[in-house]
Amino acid sequence: MWIYEKKLQYPVRVYKPDVRMAKYLITQYGGPDGELSAALRYLNQRYTMPTAMAKGLLTDIGTEELAHLEIIATMVYKLLKNASLEEIKQAGLGGHYAQHDRALFYTDANGVPWTAAYIQATGDPVTDLHEDMAAEQKARSTYEWLINLSDDPGVIDALRFLREREVVHYQRFGEALRNVYEFKESKRFY
Amino acid sequence: MDRRKAQMLEELQALQFAIVDLHLYLDTHPCDKRALEHYNALVCKMKEVKERYEQFYGPITPDQPSKFPWQWIEGPWPWEMIY
Repeated sequence: MWIYEKKLQYPVRVYKPDVRMAKYLITQYGGPDGELSAALRYLNQRYTMPTAMAKGLLTDIGTEELAHLEIIATMVYKLLKNASLEEIKQAGLGGHYAQHDRALFYTDANGVPWTAAYIQATGDPVTDLHEDMAAEQKARSTYEWLINLSDDPGVIDALRFLREREVVHYQRFGEALRNVYEFKESKRFY
Repeated sequence: MDRRKAQMLEELQALQFAIVDLHLYLDTHPCDKRALEHYNALVCKMKEVKERYEQFYGPITPDQPSKFPWQWIEGPWPWEMIY
């Protein structure tokens, strides 16, 4: 089960509305390497992990990704708040407005809706943990490109926090992978 | 948001972040005694800070006693907070 905490994991400051940045940022909400993909991938893979370490880590990182999803949502919500229809059309979000007004939706930066095809669970813990490590690197790169695209110090600050978490998660997944290898080795006998 | 609320919330966020980060570290280093002691100390401190914040500004988790009327639905919600 899960319990909601009525606070963000990291304070989000947005100094000015920026519809174009909202359009780019939404990819970390519902894009291939975004936080929804991450949370659902890890929370789904944990069931078939062989070691206590991997089960615990996927549960905890999957949960943290839900907190990151909320941080991204908060940024997009604040960037879009009070935007005029003219600004929305100019930023290329006219199509989004037609379907969703200023509501959030799980899409990438080009409006493509989220799909389960972004994530995998093979049942092989070595394969799955490699996917998880790759996912953290892809998210890290995306955060770096998003930082390059923003000129709002508040947005950049929150994106830097999220980028660093990808680095830490990558490190921890690597340690869980080594633990799975050791487990497989210990089961081998001739 | 008033300054004292913002400061207390940031203190709580900082403590809880340290706890989350150490938690992941301990998942893959369960026999690191020093990290475990550090973790336990932070959890004690965090409980105090959380309790103090909740006394003034209402519940952060849904398992707290409430004043009348029901406090949980009081805004601002996390995505509405302005610092």
